[in-house]
Amino acid sequence: MEILNNLVFGFGVAFSLENLAYCFAGVALGTLIGVLPGIGPLVTIAMLFPITFHLPAVPAIIMLAGIFYGAQYGGSTTSILVNLPGETASAVTCIDGYQMARQGRAGPALATAALASFFAGCVGTLLIALAGPTLGEWALRFGAAEYTALMLMALVASAVMTQGDAVKGLAMVVLGLLIGVVGVDVNSGMARYSFGIPELIDGVGFTVVAVGLFAVAEIVVNLESREAREVYTGKVTGLMPTARDLKDAAWPTVRGTAVGACFGVLPGTGPALSSFATYMLEKRIARDPSRFGRGAIEGVAAPEAANNAAAQTAFIPMLTLGIPASATMAVMLAALTLQGIATGPQVMLDKPDLFWGLIASMWIGNFLLVILNLPLVGVWVKLLTVPYRWLFPSIILFCCIGNYSVSNNPFDVYLCALIGVLGYVLAKLECEPAPLLLGYVLGPLLEENLRRALLISRGDPTVFFTRPISLAFMIATVLILVVMVVPAARGKRHGT
Amino acid sequence: MKPDLWNNRDFLAGLLFTVLGGLTVALARDYPIGSTMRMGPGYFPTVLGGILFLFGVYVLLRGVRSGERVKGEWGYRPLALIALSIVLFGFLLDRVGMVPAVVATLFVAAAAGHEFRFKEVLLLAVAMTAFSVAVFSYGLKLPYPLLGGY
Repeated sequence: MEILNNLVFGFGVAFSLENLAYCFAGVALGTLIGVLPGIGPLVTIAMLFPITFHLPAVPAIIMLAGIFYGAQYGGSTTSILVNLPGETASAVTCIDGYQMARQGRAGPALATAALASFFAGCVGTLLIALAGPTLGEWALRFGAAEYTALMLMALVASAVMTQGDAVKGLAMVVLGLLIGVVGVDVNSGMARYSFGIPELIDGVGFTVVAVGLFAVAEIVVNLESREAREVYTGKVTGLMPTARDLKDAAWPTVRGTAVGACFGVLPGTGPALSSFATYMLEKRIARDPSRFGRGAIEGVAAPEAANNAAAQTAFIPMLTLGIPASATMAVMLAALTLQGIATGPQVMLDKPDLFWGLIASMWIGNFLLVILNLPLVGVWVKLLTVPYRWLFPSIILFCCIGNYSVSNNPFDVYLCALIGVLGYVLAKLECEPAPLLLGYVLGPLLEENLRRALLISRGDPTVFFTRPISLAFMIATVLILVVMVVPAARGKRHGT
Repeated sequence: MKPDLWNNRDFLAGLLFTVLGGLTVALARDYPIGSTMRMGPGYFPTVLGGILFLFGVYVLLRGVRSGERVKGEWGYRPLALIALSIVLFGFLLDRVGMVPAVVATLFVAAAAGHEFRFKEVLLLAVAMTAFSVAVFSYGLKLPYPLLGGY
């Protein structure tokens, strides 16, 4: 069994003292920012990755990954206790989780969420170990045309599948691609859209875009309206779910894991959509659907399993193909690239310690998270009482330091303020930022592969339709467009 | 022009895309286009700028037809103060050092909130300054002067 050998090797890497420490730091930080509403894994990873320059690649990526899946655990705590999603992926958990808390069953709700997440996390990690090498081997056959078509599919899917309007989503992708164009053109050495500013010759910094769009803009949105938060102040007692709870939650957990694992791999969907989809599924197949919304344990177990499974399997396309399926994975990809690691099918061969070490660390991390989230839940509940008026100036400060530390140049800080303003305007006009970020990250790769594919085919654009794998991606792209855009154009699809 | 257009969600979004797309194409005229086989640096941005322009026109026209308005008020005050606090950080760090930059950023950012309690912000500033100095200057050894410029 080759995979067993690989896993043993991976655990050997992950169990080194340094990697264990960074794994723990990552999941603890992930839980923290998951619990705190208003700051998510994307912004945290974007702010921290300048600091990870100082670390070797393996512990850096182990920590950043821990932040991402740790946040899925932490988010459910806030959903259940405050009726406010700590993370967007936990929004659905509010519905039944908060009702359980109001009925005095906060403990079992938290335990169910953590155990369902743990199960899903283990299955998700196993899927990466199983699917990664196979997919990677297949992807080794990809040429420039296949990559171009695959990126096109990922971008179109991210644009039309996010909440809100599909046409605006596509426009945001294009805007992101254009921001990615800024800087020196690798083929000709010509500086594009740099307006004579030397700092722009290297392009717009990644942290600048991610932090400006996701942290700065969101803080302003939160500040413009006055919202009172109702915090569940009752004491959490009796963590253990009853035998009946466990029985009720078992199958929804399994189904949630399955749905989440599929959605995680698909571009543009991610944890948020998967938890929503699986909630709808549970409601539809339940014997008594009226229980949902009144504290049904299935409504906690299934979405929490789904978002954690999706958080794990989202690593599959990023690690094996080098194509991120979500904005957060785009941040991870950027972090890896800046560590000098070329993601793609080669990563498993060139950097087996990174690939298998990361997978093993996810298992360890999920285990640590159960401990962090169950016995220590009281600590996180205390954190919920931190008022937002202390939180947001601190987030802004960390954004500034994070940006400054990338290049030690105030220009990045100024540019971040500007992108924050643009991000706020776009948010007010209900244009989703995630497709823009994905476009920005994939822009240079897309242009390079497009140019190479057309150079090889001597300028013949049919190359994308004559190679079978590329053709399949193109057909999928068109299908996604037809299914999602046509109803929107007729005004039948309701944005939420 | 109807005054309503300035609060029309899709009209404004479309206008923004149209202007940015148009500008992109206009600026790309300085870069060689090349051919489909050998694309020059201007090819990719020209095509994308054109697409953005077209999307913009579509969204703009749809906005005029639907007349849907921007939800809520524009938060000019928090937007201006938050942007200012970020700019201040960059401006001050080089000139007077990390400690004043941290304090100034926190105070201006906190002023963007609904409640500004001086004592609380002062405490927060002290705590965050201590944290930043401990983590960034001593822990990560980032080479920023604590007080005073380079």
